[in-house]
Amino acid sequence: MYPENYRYTKEHEWVLVEGDAGTVGITDHAQHELGDIVYVDFKYGRDTLKAGQQVEQGKSIGSVESVKAVSDIYSPVSGEIVGINQSLADTPEKLNADPHGEAWLFKIRLSNPGEIASLLSAADYEAYIGAEK
Amino acid sequence: MRYLPKSDSERREMLAACGVESAEDLFAHLPEAVRLKRPLDLPDGVSEYEIVDYFRRQGDRNANGYASFLGAGVYAHYRPVLVDTVVSRGEFLTSYTPYQAEISQGTLTTIFEFQTMICQLTGMDVANASMYDGSTALAEAALMAARLTSKGGLLVARTVHPEYQEVLQTYAKNQGMPITEFGYDPGTGAADLDDLERKLNSLDAAVILQSPNFFGVVEDVNRAAELAHRRAALLVMGFTEAVSLGILQPPAEADILAGELQSFAISPSYGGPYAGIIATRDRFVRQMPGRLVGETTDTHGNRAFCLTLATREQHIRREKATSNICTNQALIALMATVFMSVYGKQGLRELAEQNLAKAHYLAGKLTPRFSGPFFNEFVVSTNGRNPEEINRALLERKIIGGLPLGRFYPELSGAMLLCATEMSRREDMDALAAIF
Repeated sequence: MYPENYRYTKEHEWVLVEGDAGTVGITDHAQHELGDIVYVDFKYGRDTLKAGQQVEQGKSIGSVESVKAVSDIYSPVSGEIVGINQSLADTPEKLNADPHGEAWLFKIRLSNPGEIASLLSAADYEAYIGAEK
Repeated sequence: MRYLPKSDSERREMLAACGVESAEDLFAHLPEAVRLKRPLDLPDGVSEYEIVDYFRRQGDRNANGYASFLGAGVYAHYRPVLVDTVVSRGEFLTSYTPYQAEISQGTLTTIFEFQTMICQLTGMDVANASMYDGSTALAEAALMAARLTSKGGLLVARTVHPEYQEVLQTYAKNQGMPITEFGYDPGTGAADLDDLERKLNSLDAAVILQSPNFFGVVEDVNRAAELAHRRAALLVMGFTEAVSLGILQPPAEADILAGELQSFAISPSYGGPYAGIIATRDRFVRQMPGRLVGETTDTHGNRAFCLTLATREQHIRREKATSNICTNQALIALMATVFMSVYGKQGLRELAEQNLAKAHYLAGKLTPRFSGPFFNEFVVSTNGRNPEEINRALLERKIIGGLPLGRFYPELSGAMLLCATEMSRREDMDALAAIF
């Protein structure tokens, strides 16, 4: 269920790191808890999140909305935003169907790869959400 | 509301169950300093007949049978009988929307009709389920523009209703949103768009204009919108006289419309409750405040209604919500809905034409202060006489005169704002003109 090569946060994001390139999304557990996702909003502070934006670990970069809930997305690592999954604007339901694959949220160039050590392994994350239930 | 009488023995029983001696003991935990240590200053009980008689006498003190030429944000329009027939039905009058709103399909249906008719009337894509009143709708529209543009400055025309401007100040003061006024043309009474162009800068979120404006003059909304858009700001158009929408072209270039629906069969009632409205373009809907009812299908495939885009709202998004409004003016908005249904498109146009014709008849007998095009309100010069004095003379003839403008615009202390509606009779207009 939870890929071994991803790292996870307690806020239910995942990040796949290859060199200094990271791909970030929300976990299957997160999409399941939210229910039918209808909107993804990328915002850093008051401004629309764009490629080139420097973001800090743990800061909100937007939100995911389902029919009756909304949840902030936090960046699991610090770095520079290099890409945003614009296809989610028209097909947010992909986040329910394939949260660990096609429905990634953004790509980031890590400025501090050391931060990865602070994230959870797949086994730790599964234990964490097991305890949360 | 249920009336629950209780006898002395029932009182004693309830107090015993609570383990206290008297009703006073229930408040014993309150600090001495804040407790009222005497009985409330209320008369002893009186008979039902005395109560009815008292209120009848109070009612007789109203200006029943007076003609009114007072507008300035609240208008004397006819209220079709059907309005009260519908809104006094128990299903509407006594029901409160349950927290599972979809249980109330009847209420949601009327709100959906309301939103649909407001869109048809304004030419906008989407309208919310209503706001508290026109002034708070305008202020919420300003905050909405700030969110949409990620900017804060507001350019507000001096021709916007002065009390709406005060509400705007209240909302903007602690939000880091500086307000800059722009003036009006002393000849036409329309907002001075050259002044706007000079003052507008790229940090401004919105230009706020009212049309017809406080002086009754129809503004050039599209040109103001063009100026706003050039600086990446939005154009918010307010209105206080909804009947004008029956004849004036909806401003195609405005981004957000925010106004007051009191004219649509909502009685003046000393200032409220009324119903406001925000209508806007589809692309701005996620930043719109207020409830929104959408059409859907139920599990059996039947047409049904639901609250939609609720994630904008406070109960879900908390401090990041678009507004702290988490309700609407359902019953009052229903009055407007019935009004719009009764008149229909053609009827509303005829109503607006009557207003226009009567106001222009009256203005023809007086000295209008401004030359700009007006709908059913206009400013007149009192030719050196004190406007309050004129109003006193009119009251003796059972005529309520206009608003002396000096209170809000010192430079117009010798002028009065008058309004004529479909309710204005020719003999009263002639009598008013004779006093001037």
